[in-house]
Amino acid sequence: MSVLVFVEGLNGEIKKSSLESATYGSQVAQKLGTTATAVAIGEVHEEALTRLGEQGISKVLYDGDSRLNQFVADAYVKVIAKAVGQESAKVLVFSNSNIGAAIGAKLAVRLNGSLATNVTALPKIDGGSFVVTRGVFSGKAFADVALTADLKIIAIKKNSIDISTSGGTATVQSISADLTDADFAEVPKETVMQETDGVLLPEAAIVVSGGRGMKGPENWHLIEDLASALGAATACSKPVSDMDWRPHHEHVGQTGITVSPNLYIAVGISGAIQHLAGVNSSKVIVVINKDPEAPFFKAADYGIVGDAFEVVPKLIEAARALDK
Amino acid sequence: MKILVCISNVPDTTAKINFTADNKALDKNGVQFVINPWDEYALTRAIELKEAKGGTVTVLNVGEADTEPNIRKALAIGADDAIRVNTFPKDSFFVAQQIAAVAKENNYDVILMGKESIDYNGSQVHNMVGELLGIPSVVPAFKLDMVDDQTARLEREIEGGKEIVEVKLPFIASAQQPMSEPRIPNMRGIMTARTKPLKVVEPVAADVKADYVTYSKPEKKSGVKMIAPENAGELITLLRNEAKVL
Ligand SMILES: Cc1cc2nc3c(=O)[nH]c(=O)nc-3n(C[C@H](O)[C@H](O)[C@H](O)COP(=O)(O)OP(=O)(O)OC[C@H]3O[C@@H](n4cnc5c(N)ncnc54)[C@H](O)[C@@H]3O)c2cc1C
Ligand SMILES: Nc1ncnc2c1ncn2[C@@H]1O[C@H](COP(=O)(O)O)[C@@H](O)[C@H]1O
Repeated sequence: MSVLVFVEGLNGEIKKSSLESATYGSQVAQKLGTTATAVAIGEVHEEALTRLGEQGISKVLYDGDSRLNQFVADAYVKVIAKAVGQESAKVLVFSNSNIGAAIGAKLAVRLNGSLATNVTALPKIDGGSFVVTRGVFSGKAFADVALTADLKIIAIKKNSIDISTSGGTATVQSISADLTDADFAEVPKETVMQETDGVLLPEAAIVVSGGRGMKGPENWHLIEDLASALGAATACSKPVSDMDWRPHHEHVGQTGITVSPNLYIAVGISGAIQHLAGVNSSKVIVVINKDPEAPFFKAADYGIVGDAFEVVPKLIEAARALDK
Repeated sequence: MKILVCISNVPDTTAKINFTADNKALDKNGVQFVINPWDEYALTRAIELKEAKGGTVTVLNVGEADTEPNIRKALAIGADDAIRVNTFPKDSFFVAQQIAAVAKENNYDVILMGKESIDYNGSQVHNMVGELLGIPSVVPAFKLDMVDDQTARLEREIEGGKEIVEVKLPFIASAQQPMSEPRIPNMRGIMTARTKPLKVVEPVAADVKADYVTYSKPEKKSGVKMIAPENAGELITLLRNEAKVL
């Protein structure tokens, strides 16, 4: 029996969200008195794999087949299913990314496992019972869910686990799953990555977000400058992306993406309940709004009532003056 | 083209969420239910495809009788007929098995769902149904067009970018913004919806593998600390030294 963690690579490194999964996986393994193995697929540097030891991973199974450099669900599922068998894994951990959720669901069907996505905390394990806490009702509540199948598949909500760095080094072994052409039937025709010099929004620890109060796209340099001074990603409210001031992939909220950074700074956003649904699990929320009655202040930890065009330049200046 | 759209019945986006005294179920008192917002994108895209290429749009909900007003709303928006699988949606795998059973009987060309239900936030049902039926599931897609009678071209979001994929019918896709512009039912739609067929079927035997034990709500924030706008720079100091997030 062991715990298996699927880790995703990005530009040869392991994604931050996957380091969280690795930490989670080793902590579950400790509770169960076993070890945690990682499985990595596609282009990842060997040093990045051995470094997973820092998160408590003892062994990494690696499939470097170059056909897997892009995500192909069926092929990935086959490799991971093989790793589950080889390791007799009873717990399988993913990050709650688009990739993680897709393979998690397919593996749950194929291997007859129980699946919980959007998981926010370590499981409560008591004899035969295995209960995880997951976010439901778009951040308005949590549910405790008992996973009753033999194989428990867990997708961790981003930014809900502090990455540990105290372990050693992991050994790397190769794995391969006799993939056939049929497994690659769904290869994407084209993959277009956003041009970004900054931080990817779903992975970001700090997010600076602008709303309709920013008045127009020509003022977004304020949001961008503050973000770059803080090493943050940028986001926006729905009307802002609806008006094409900003691209759709930056829209957070009920109908956009959900973020849970350590710090969310909202500038000129009123704090409608649909917006809050996408950001309310951020650890610290800062609200800058000229209206003292803006509902967002009720959900905030820090607030400034003032004109964004006067306040944000002051923040940029103070942020640039921080020693890193 | 035969299109199936799966809709879930969820608390309105502005609803305050409370639970029953034993914390074992949602307290439905005073809660208004709506079609899951993402499913509305799927529904309108399906109707647009039907308008352009001909065919039928069937809506499917796995739920008890109280979901029928929203099924009727989907019919009013423009679906042709509806199926309700008469059972409480116990977990994603259970729901996926019900949807797969309906799909197996009816041979749909395209099955559209939402990216995620805003109550369970599972993001599971679409991929599970895809696996159960052995057909591709393109999740989450924000663009869907037919290239020819047999092939669709979709754009799906991936972390940090997008993928363009072409799939043969049949396939599943889950919708997210901006796949379509959701429609409001008009008077004529509301009138005709009353007479459109809504078939109620009993559930198939299916496993439940996740047991919802209790619900809880996040801790309330301790209150907001205000900083005067002229000392805005002070905020950065507090974020570093007090909140320790910088
Ligand atoms: C089904 C549904 C789903 C939705 N999903 C989402 C979603 O996913 N995400 C989302 O964001 N919204 C969503 N909405 C919309 C949501 O209800 C709000 O309309 C939206 O969030 C408002 O955006 P905003 O705060 O940018 O704009 P506004 O509400 O117009 O607020 C602008 C704010 O800027 C402040 N302001 C103006 N000028 C200045 C200045 N100079 N300095 C400082 N502050 C200033 C104003 O006081 C005001 O509070 C949804 C709505 C529905 C019905
Ligand atoms: N009870 C249900 N009945 C019909 N479709 C559903 C139901 N629950 C979920 N779905 C569909 O599956 C999608 C994803 O749901 P979920 O996996 O719960 O996030 C939703 O957007 C719906 O399209």
